[in-house]
Amino acid sequence: MPGYNQQAGPPKPGYSTNQSNLNAGQATLPNPSYNGTLPAGPNMPPTNSMTRQPGAPFNGPSMPMNHIVTPPTNPNMQPYNAVSVPHSASPSKYQGPQSNMQPLAGPPLPNQQGQNAMPHNGSPGLHGSHTGVTPPASQHGGIGDIRYAPPLPGQQFKSFTPPPGHPPNSHSPGLQAMNQHSSNSTPTHPGVLHPASQGTPTHSIYAPTSTGAPPLMQPPLPGQQTSNYPAMSQPSSMQTGQKGGIIAPPPLSGQQYVPPQNIHPPPPMSGPPTSGPQMSGPPMSGPPMSGPPMPGQPSNQTMAQGRGTMPPPGGEQKMHQQPGQPQQPHQPQVSQPSAFGAYPPQMQNLTNSMGNMGMGDANRPVNLMQETRILPPQKTVELPLRFETNAEGMLIPPNRKNCNPEVLRCTLKRIPDTKDLLGKVKLPFGLVVHPFRDLTSLPVISAGTIVRCKRCRTYINPFVSFLDERRWRCNMCFGVNETPEEFLHHPVTKTYGQPHTRPECTNATIEFIAPQEYMLRPPQPAVYLFLMDVSHSAVESGYLQIVCDALLDNLERLPGDKRTRIGFLTYNGTVHFYRLSEGLAQPQMIVVSDIDDVFLPTPENLLVNLHESKDLVQDLLHQLPTIHNVDAEGEIDTYSALGAALEVAKKLMSPFGGRVTVFQQAIPSIGPGTLKSREDPNSRAGQIPTANLNPATDFYKKMALDCSAHQVAIDMFFFNSQYIDIATLSCSSRFSAGDLHYYPSLHVQHNPMEVERLKNDLERYLTRKIGFEAVMRIRCTKGLSIHTFHGNFFVRSTDLLSLANVSPDSGYAVNLTLDEPLTDQSAACVQAALLYTTSKGERRIRVHTMCIPIVKTTAEIHNNVDCEAVVALLAKMGVDRSVTASLQDARDALLNAVIDPLKAYKAGLPQSMTVGGLYVPKCLRLFPLYIQSLLKHPAFRAGVSTRLDDRVFSMINFKMQPVGYFMQDVHPDLYRVDDLNDEGAVTVGGREVPQPDLLPLSAESISQYGCFLLDCGWRMFLLVGRQSPQAFIKNVLGAPQFSNIEEPMYSIPELENPTSELFHSFIEWLRENRPHHAPIRVIRDDSRDRHLFFSRLHQDRTESSMSLQEFLIHVQQKLT
Amino acid sequence: MAFSFAAFCYILALILTAFLIFFAIWQIIAFDELKTDYKNPIDQCNSLNPLVLPEYAIHVFYNLLFLWAWEWLTVLFNIPLLAYNVYRYSKRPVMSGPGLYDPTTIMNADILSYCMKEGWAKLAFYLISFFYYLYRMIYVLVTY
Repeated sequence: MPGYNQQAGPPKPGYSTNQSNLNAGQATLPNPSYNGTLPAGPNMPPTNSMTRQPGAPFNGPSMPMNHIVTPPTNPNMQPYNAVSVPHSASPSKYQGPQSNMQPLAGPPLPNQQGQNAMPHNGSPGLHGSHTGVTPPASQHGGIGDIRYAPPLPGQQFKSFTPPPGHPPNSHSPGLQAMNQHSSNSTPTHPGVLHPASQGTPTHSIYAPTSTGAPPLMQPPLPGQQTSNYPAMSQPSSMQTGQKGGIIAPPPLSGQQYVPPQNIHPPPPMSGPPTSGPQMSGPPMSGPPMSGPPMPGQPSNQTMAQGRGTMPPPGGEQKMHQQPGQPQQPHQPQVSQPSAFGAYPPQMQNLTNSMGNMGMGDANRPVNLMQETRILPPQKTVELPLRFETNAEGMLIPPNRKNCNPEVLRCTLKRIPDTKDLLGKVKLPFGLVVHPFRDLTSLPVISAGTIVRCKRCRTYINPFVSFLDERRWRCNMCFGVNETPEEFLHHPVTKTYGQPHTRPECTNATIEFIAPQEYMLRPPQPAVYLFLMDVSHSAVESGYLQIVCDALLDNLERLPGDKRTRIGFLTYNGTVHFYRLSEGLAQPQMIVVSDIDDVFLPTPENLLVNLHESKDLVQDLLHQLPTIHNVDAEGEIDTYSALGAALEVAKKLMSPFGGRVTVFQQAIPSIGPGTLKSREDPNSRAGQIPTANLNPATDFYKKMALDCSAHQVAIDMFFFNSQYIDIATLSCSSRFSAGDLHYYPSLHVQHNPMEVERLKNDLERYLTRKIGFEAVMRIRCTKGLSIHTFHGNFFVRSTDLLSLANVSPDSGYAVNLTLDEPLTDQSAACVQAALLYTTSKGERRIRVHTMCIPIVKTTAEIHNNVDCEAVVALLAKMGVDRSVTASLQDARDALLNAVIDPLKAYKAGLPQSMTVGGLYVPKCLRLFPLYIQSLLKHPAFRAGVSTRLDDRVFSMINFKMQPVGYFMQDVHPDLYRVDDLNDEGAVTVGGREVPQPDLLPLSAESISQYGCFLLDCGWRMFLLVGRQSPQAFIKNVLGAPQFSNIEEPMYSIPELENPTSELFHSFIEWLRENRPHHAPIRVIRDDSRDRHLFFSRLHQDRTESSMSLQEFLIHVQQKLT
Repeated sequence: MAFSFAAFCYILALILTAFLIFFAIWQIIAFDELKTDYKNPIDQCNSLNPLVLPEYAIHVFYNLLFLWAWEWLTVLFNIPLLAYNVYRYSKRPVMSGPGLYDPTTIMNADILSYCMKEGWAKLAFYLISFFYYLYRMIYVLVTY
């Protein structure tokens, strides 16, 4: 097996020679050994038939030992190439940053122009900035040269490395050109020089004021509507000047205000990483086996051209599309910098800057005090971590794909090698895991024996190293294992003796169908029990009708097989059971009024087989909404005996395991688990007693633990309009791995927005995938260990989570610690393995593995941080802190969480960068913004009246949400939508989807001449400015003029005109990119509910919180 | 040489401290088992929680005896632990039963290592006090 040793063998004499030969050869020729060993050659059977393709039975060659399961059980799974559809359309959109620029949302501010033109005192001028910025950047270029593995002689990645001390600017013609632009363009702004310290610009339409609420709109000053800004055609000035000017905050009196300035040349195309179809998330790793991975083989191209086809290796080396990864023209490649030799120089620069090797421009510090536009114009999509290392002990074949960051991501993309270094970095170190995410494709394997490390039980994964074909070294414990005989056969290519080409070794995410030994008992059936609060206020709110309708509609689609069971319980002051046994003419209700010692009135027929008793179930669901309007004596029952109902539900479910869904409207007021209101409505804005964030009783926690032990999870839906004590009730879900949903003040008539949300969420909730009796274990390379878990689960041992149910919407996180130095390794791995029972009664294991390089300097770490993961983890830690210490403590800790790493970063910067600015690593440029948003979020905000339940729910949500949902919640997206056009639009599903720019969350982005959409993840708000284009009001909102717009308005009519279609396609596209629904609310600019919109503009100052600029100044002051 | 009440107190305290030493060892073993994955935290907490109050009670009991026997120095020696126990119990998580340990939080690495350290510290304290009581017992027996 010549090829085998070259790829995966241990480093040995001659290894480097092989490597260099390979690299030299691969530019023009396919690796000879490749063709030699793979019988199929270029026409080999598409190996991604390993994926489960709906309706496409596997028809590859017969497999020697293992067989691949083809029929899909999950409608969500699609072949890999299905994913690339939206992305393939994106290039048209991303011609370059400039083509995408939209006209300025609001009139440019005079002082912006001034800033563009005026070199400021105390800060280097435009030209000076080049000299001011370059040295550190070049220094970083030098740092970037430190590689995880010394370049082997002849390896071509050397050519990517700028010579040490080589100024990064000069090796980037593109950058120079852009710099030229920006300096050339300045004189074309004949703006009035506006001393920035002049005071609040009066021309700012929505200037944030100290009172929080933006002032009433003023008519624009003459000359403000210069929509044809001179620099419009100049990309760079556009980016930093005009666009950025939008968020130029008003100077603060009494504080030295450094005005935004074009000191920074815009980063070359690496710029704010824009993305292809946003939020759709990069699909899971490419086709699982795009051919056996060969060293240096340009696998990147393989996928770009569709699965199974082998491109001419080493042919035209253009922008590499990563396998299955969204095409991101601005972010050309995060491919391995090595192994591809033949880039043109510009390309090399791009690769360098974007690559994770961390050199050149990507590491240039960003001065937040001067960078006016930090928000990328489009949403970014995190890419799988790419890097190469081939040092001893951790040989990673060069084209192994790392786990999709949507599933598993680490806060640090480079792991420090010692505890000291980790301490110096001051950033939280942990993982954010979304293990049961709906994947667009997933290779599923049915193996007789699942190959695992015999010592630490790690599943075999792409990052193990093969010592020879018979032995492999575990990447977690470094134990050497035998490779089983059957593992040597490749199931698809029918080759023998190439264990590293098997799907287990080429996919960082894989699912095994588990054999008998992974079952403690026969796989359970899907069992669903619904508990409904029918106390008076609950019936009044009308939720029963919605829930019953949703159940009726989705009864057929409940995940399960022919064993599926279902049951219903209702409760007010008493508990009501429903006998649904076969043969009954109609459902029988049994009332148990002894709620202190509640019992099962009949041992069976309460949980019935869904298919056998479907008629009765439907009958019951039709009747349920009305039968509890009055109780038997014709009296109104205002009590709610949730505790008793849960106890009996536990008894009912414990023989099976399954899911209990609780719909609760009122505070439990009778029987076990009775709660009292703890909230003082008058002090909602003041200090929150920590006890109120904690449960009042451990009844619900004990209930959850008992349920968890019986594999029962409790999901809760809250519809309360008054205090319900979510802090206590949520315990029943938090520790049984349940799910929580909150629809504040739900009422059929009065709150149509929440009703719409509930209806859609229920549909998702009832039909989404579900895993029963699950456990998740997270293994780390020796030296790393798990400190804390975050999410909804019960921790059964140091690395094992017990999850009675697992849903695709639940996220988890762990804090990691470094116990032992990792100095002798080049990379560390983490593996999350989820063992669960599908709704069809199949036991499966889903394994995600991620490999992260280890580095030795703080600079490398600071330049490779996953900002969103850091913020998500900090939020979770902040919640823990609020619950154990106090909210104020948590707020202080969050503030310090910004200051400390920046201080640590500053220590590594050259002297010139330590004064007069707030320099942050590029990857952390949004970090202060996000933390500031977090501090203004209902979970952590202070000084703003927040209902205790809202606050506690937000906190719990922080703990259990996957990152994507979380970020949207913390930092909503703001778009201007009245001027949607198809410039830069992407085509999704045959529809043109416009791509407006993301605007900063500031009132300065808003004008009365436009309509603005705020997408908060679970809700959307459309603000209609008073002077919005008449055409938009008429064509989209269907009202003749502004004053005729309905108030409140919760749906937007679908009108037959291009504007409306464009608008709807945009909204739909936003919604399609998340699993849940987001209802829209139209808010007129003169509405009483404007605060719904304006309270989410986090960059503005309010009575009790700082504006972003003030926040940055505060941080800056703390740094000195 | 006389067998005074103080001497009786010390003899009793010696026996009781031996029990407390066993409690502390039991606690250390239990947390170590948790750390090394052998036990389910629910079981472990269920076995540890009932021992917390008896331990406090034993400690308080012989300190009351010392107080009665006018052994000021010994009481003073024990006051820090008494105070710590009161503090620790007042900070316990919300629980309906007696005890300190909550199975949902015990697996947090900080809490686990804190409990471990607490166990070792208590073991050390009880061992020291064991020998101190032994010395005092002999001293009391010899002097009076």
